[in-house]
Amino acid sequence: MKEVVVLSGKGGTGKTSIAGCFAALAHDKVMADCDVDAADLHLLLQPVDKQREEFWSGQIAHIDKSTCTKCGLCEELCRFDAIHNFQVSRASCEGCGFCARICPVNAVTMQDNMAGHWYISDTKYGPLVRARLGIAQENSGKLVALVRQQARKITEDKGYSTIITDGPPGIGCPVISSLSGADLALLVTEPTVSGVHDLERVIEVCRHFNVPATVCINKYDINEEKASKIEEHCADVGIKVAGKIPFDTAVNRAVAHGVPLVEYDEGPAAGEIKQLWKNIEDLISPD
Amino acid sequence: MIISIASGKGGTGKTLVATSLAISVSAKEKVQLLDCDVEEPNDHLFLRPVITTSETVSIPIPKVDYAKCNFCGECARVCAYKAIAVVPGSVLVFDQLCHGCGACSYLCPENAIYEEGREMGVVESGNAGDIEFVQGRLTVGEAMAVPVIRRVKTKINRDKLAILDISPGTSCPVVEAIENSDYCLLVTEPTPFGLHDLELAVETVRQLGIPCGVIVNRAVSGETLVHEYCIREGIPVLLDIPLDRGIAHLYSEGVTLAEGIPQWQDAFTNVYTEIKEALHERSRCA
Repeated sequence: MKEVVVLSGKGGTGKTSIAGCFAALAHDKVMADCDVDAADLHLLLQPVDKQREEFWSGQIAHIDKSTCTKCGLCEELCRFDAIHNFQVSRASCEGCGFCARICPVNAVTMQDNMAGHWYISDTKYGPLVRARLGIAQENSGKLVALVRQQARKITEDKGYSTIITDGPPGIGCPVISSLSGADLALLVTEPTVSGVHDLERVIEVCRHFNVPATVCINKYDINEEKASKIEEHCADVGIKVAGKIPFDTAVNRAVAHGVPLVEYDEGPAAGEIKQLWKNIEDLISPD
Repeated sequence: MIISIASGKGGTGKTLVATSLAISVSAKEKVQLLDCDVEEPNDHLFLRPVITTSETVSIPIPKVDYAKCNFCGECARVCAYKAIAVVPGSVLVFDQLCHGCGACSYLCPENAIYEEGREMGVVESGNAGDIEFVQGRLTVGEAMAVPVIRRVKTKINRDKLAILDISPGTSCPVVEAIENSDYCLLVTEPTPFGLHDLELAVETVRQLGIPCGVIVNRAVSGETLVHEYCIREGIPVLLDIPLDRGIAHLYSEGVTLAEGIPQWQDAFTNVYTEIKEALHERSRCA
């Protein structure tokens, strides 16, 4: 089983549009949407949900007003600045339970936290696992790990060969969780100062976690000089550029129609993405 | 006043809006720009600030004084993150799992735990022309952005207009950054992805009780998806920035819209005026 994760550092470079095309191009695969903050892949794959599960993770402190003597010790000791006026901020509480342990009158209890949902669905391109983290929740990394675990299980059960993961932007918790142990990271970038800067950081993350990476420059013709710079940088650090996709308004039109670009259009961007997938297949094939 | 620039979806133009708004308003008022997207901070690429101070952000993690420790295991029991394991003759601390809550050191019966800082990132401050500039930068390989964001936010000066550039998403780092803002500008694009993620972002700011307005970036005439949603929800659309190769090229070179096409400065100044009026109206009604 091979797992390809699509990442970018910078958001909005085209991860989901490309992952959606891979869903249409790859055979015997399971799709995993690991952008649990703002999952969008289902907007292209039109899934029918088969299973919906709650995601319980961590705890949140709760102060019982009738017991609380307002001594203020919890507020003083909380390192996350999560307690004000004897009330807990759900957004800031990190669930450490310190306050519950030190409250002299046992007014603080730790309550289990329902942090989101995850779904298994069917699409015309095969199974999709995705999730929705609740607003202001932490532990996105754990939910990502759960999505990947479910995707792996389905892949094994069906005897499939490939998992394609649409990853989150950034370099923090959910990205690390999407990346660790994957077989290949496809880093989608764009030829802008931000794209270059963020690509360099996400390449470092791949290094750090020992995951081989390859790069795709999306909308390369918006700024060909910056695109060549990216190619030079990749050559310097020994990373292959597996694809260069031209700016093509068909990409937006395909999104507006809710279908993967390669199913919608046969223009220049669609052609390049087909070639990109062939290159990725070569990179993950055993020989 | 604190204005946060956010979006559910990444790459919709938060950096473009934050930097151009800062430049436009700084002609008349004192402005701070704080880049809270500590995973991928980009504002510096456009404002090219002179950084004058840099401070390390660390969280306190436990160290064991073996002269005092009797391996009772209380520290491991009180750790909610399973960051400590006590085995005969040794206490193992898994630094990456520790949130630095301090429970273990406080609750150790032998007072055998002291704390040392573990570096998570840096906060850099300086100036870009008249704009006071602050940014956080998470160390590559670190998972927890929140401590770095918290430190950036300690630099907020309420006597100035503080513009916060937020990371994409709706989870804890985003909420940590937006909390206590007076207003949230949500930047989106007129696609189904943009709309879907805008809905999530609106839900987030409403939960926090922060008033919001929308800027539609890469607007295309006839693509009215986002505008229709905003009318339904009673959210003002404060500005449309058209899908335009010239604007995209400026961005790609690291030139702000307010400097590349100075006529845009009026548009951003107007956005600020509308926000001030909306907040004034709100406080009058309250």
